[in-house]
Amino acid sequence: MTSSTLKGALLATTLLGATAAAAQQAELTIESWRNDDLAIWQDQIIPAFEAEYPDIKVTFSPSAPAEYNAVLNSKLDAGSAGDIITCRPFDASLALYEAGHLTDLSGIDGMSNFSDVAKSGWSTDDGSVTYCVPMASVIHGFIYNKDAFEEVGVTVPETEDEFFAVLEAFKEDGTYIPMAMGTNDQWEAATMGYNNIGPNYWKGEEGRLALIAGEQSLTDDAWVAPYRQLARWGEFLGDGYEAQTYPDSQNIFTLGRAAIYPAGSWEISGFNNLADFEMGAFNPPVANAGDTCYISDHTDIGIGMNAATENAEAATTFLNWVASSEFSTIFANALPGFFPLSNASVDLEDPLAQEFISWRDKCESSIRSTYQILSRGTPNLENDTWNASVAVIKGEESPEDAGARLQAGLASWYAPQQ
Amino acid sequence: MAAADKPKTRWHVAVFLAPAVLVYTAVMIYPLFNTLRLALYSEVDQERIWVGLQNFRTLFGDAIWSDQFWNALANNAWFFVIHMLVQNPIGIALAAILSSPRLRFSAFYRSAIFIPTILSFVIVGFAWKLILSPIWGIAPGMLDAVGLKFLYQPWLGKEEYALTTLSLVSVWQYVGIPMMLIYAALLSIPDEILEAGECDGITGMSAFWKIKLPLILPSIGIISVLTFVANFNAFDLIYAAQGALAGPDFSTDILGTFMYRTFFGFQLQLGDPHMGSAIASAMFGIILIGVCIYLFGIQRRLRNYQF
Repeated sequence: MTSSTLKGALLATTLLGATAAAAQQAELTIESWRNDDLAIWQDQIIPAFEAEYPDIKVTFSPSAPAEYNAVLNSKLDAGSAGDIITCRPFDASLALYEAGHLTDLSGIDGMSNFSDVAKSGWSTDDGSVTYCVPMASVIHGFIYNKDAFEEVGVTVPETEDEFFAVLEAFKEDGTYIPMAMGTNDQWEAATMGYNNIGPNYWKGEEGRLALIAGEQSLTDDAWVAPYRQLARWGEFLGDGYEAQTYPDSQNIFTLGRAAIYPAGSWEISGFNNLADFEMGAFNPPVANAGDTCYISDHTDIGIGMNAATENAEAATTFLNWVASSEFSTIFANALPGFFPLSNASVDLEDPLAQEFISWRDKCESSIRSTYQILSRGTPNLENDTWNASVAVIKGEESPEDAGARLQAGLASWYAPQQ
Repeated sequence: MAAADKPKTRWHVAVFLAPAVLVYTAVMIYPLFNTLRLALYSEVDQERIWVGLQNFRTLFGDAIWSDQFWNALANNAWFFVIHMLVQNPIGIALAAILSSPRLRFSAFYRSAIFIPTILSFVIVGFAWKLILSPIWGIAPGMLDAVGLKFLYQPWLGKEEYALTTLSLVSVWQYVGIPMMLIYAALLSIPDEILEAGECDGITGMSAFWKIKLPLILPSIGIISVLTFVANFNAFDLIYAAQGALAGPDFSTDILGTFMYRTFFGFQLQLGDPHMGSAIASAMFGIILIGVCIYLFGIQRRLRNYQF
């Protein structure tokens, strides 16, 4: 007994002696579901941070995306979770904050770099408390095949009429499928369809917040009009689009068989590796030339602090650094298509990513209408929107019926809409 | 006590039964009763409370839930009907053909027909999705080659065809099971009976209808009830081919996918273990009723012939 204690003491002194600075060194562990990004964190992001703050050591420890929520919850309950928590947007993280697992970060310096839209994914319903630093968003729009546009002699559409004229031109020409999208997996129709083109009609945040407040309803023209446009998409999708899956659509576009791909910016790095033609992007066309354009700039990844951490000071330092433009630049260039949410200007090298992020200057940003608060109840508004978007594209349900059905579902549990 | 009357307690019976009883209790009986129990609770403000039959009242009384439930049940019934009308007759026919002594390569056919049964549903779902795909699939090309391209439809994407298509895929996968069971039953029919029939002038097809079929009826009964249980518990193929939302527009939604979506949640829909358990309990009830009807209504009327 005595000898082992002695050995332990000796060992401890040796260790302390070996690393003289160890007394102040704090260690931070990051929990994340982005195991795809492990190399980027280890080779680029963490070395850059440690170079600036040599007394803080950071470890990135991701788990599989599908298991992340469950793994994180059990680690937090057992008290073994890391100091820094990567936050899913909206209800999943809100539940963690309400259960006391995430620290209120509203007061940290870096938070002033973010707009309210950027913070909405990780704020309480009334917006008073923000518990995660917004890290990245994905932007919706349309990616197009530049070669195909040249061949058929059309230009990038700015208004809805021009958009349908382009589709019509491709349909007449016959070489290319006008638009690569299928309805088999359902979510594309809602995410890349309805929530992509919708913000132009409901005026982005204005409409989204009014819907949450109960001042607008899903039967209003602004919310039904996107379905009217979707109803016209059906004839421009490829043969058998009813059974076309998401990977099918990706392949059809990158093989150069389709002209336009309703997209999310997360496709950029994958498409860059696959497509051997030049790609461009345009934001969702507006109704009349000169109208303000709105884009879906959807908050996707945030980063917060475990309330039970012993290294709160070091964690705050790290989170402030994540909020800085230095982090944004590294992150955005390592992962083109995931855009930093801070207001600081960021230089992107990828031309397609540059195109996407340039819309932030000319358009108003919003997030997907169904994600905040409105998908908490049963029936689930997000899932219903998938279903309705598909039915409308296929012509099985009229836009007005779809709006009425969704409104009835939402009103059945959401008090402000009753 | 019985033990008092007998000279000694038969400990070995308990010892030999124990492993099976323990394993079966741990993985089947306990989860079953716990699911039934869970269906009587609900979660309010992060606390589990007793609500009695409220979940069932919601499931059957609230239009949002009951529409989905009846839709899933109707789809499930259709799924079962296709299996009964297609899988089992084909299985019996194949077994009858295979048991014919004049058929060459019967062992090869038997294996070839049985192999899909041992394939993973993920492989089956994925392979058939590719075969039927309008973009990469071989189905449109094959129909085109015989001049029947006009018959092609993106079957898995159309509400009116998707469920039937998937049922037929499932039939393709599992047709080997009734075939094997009936094949075994046919082989057990003694040649003397058939020969006696021949003496009375019953040969060929009429031998099958008049002698063999009545003798394999008990096996057909067992197959029907196995099909019933398997179909009402089905989930995997639909999930692998169409996802948890069982598209298009819930036309392929069966009780299994409905239960999964509710219990574990999907996309932004958070999981609700209590409503999920209520659906699972309803599934259990439906299967229990079906099996009871079979056991008491049909099996007792079947006669076993002893040879």
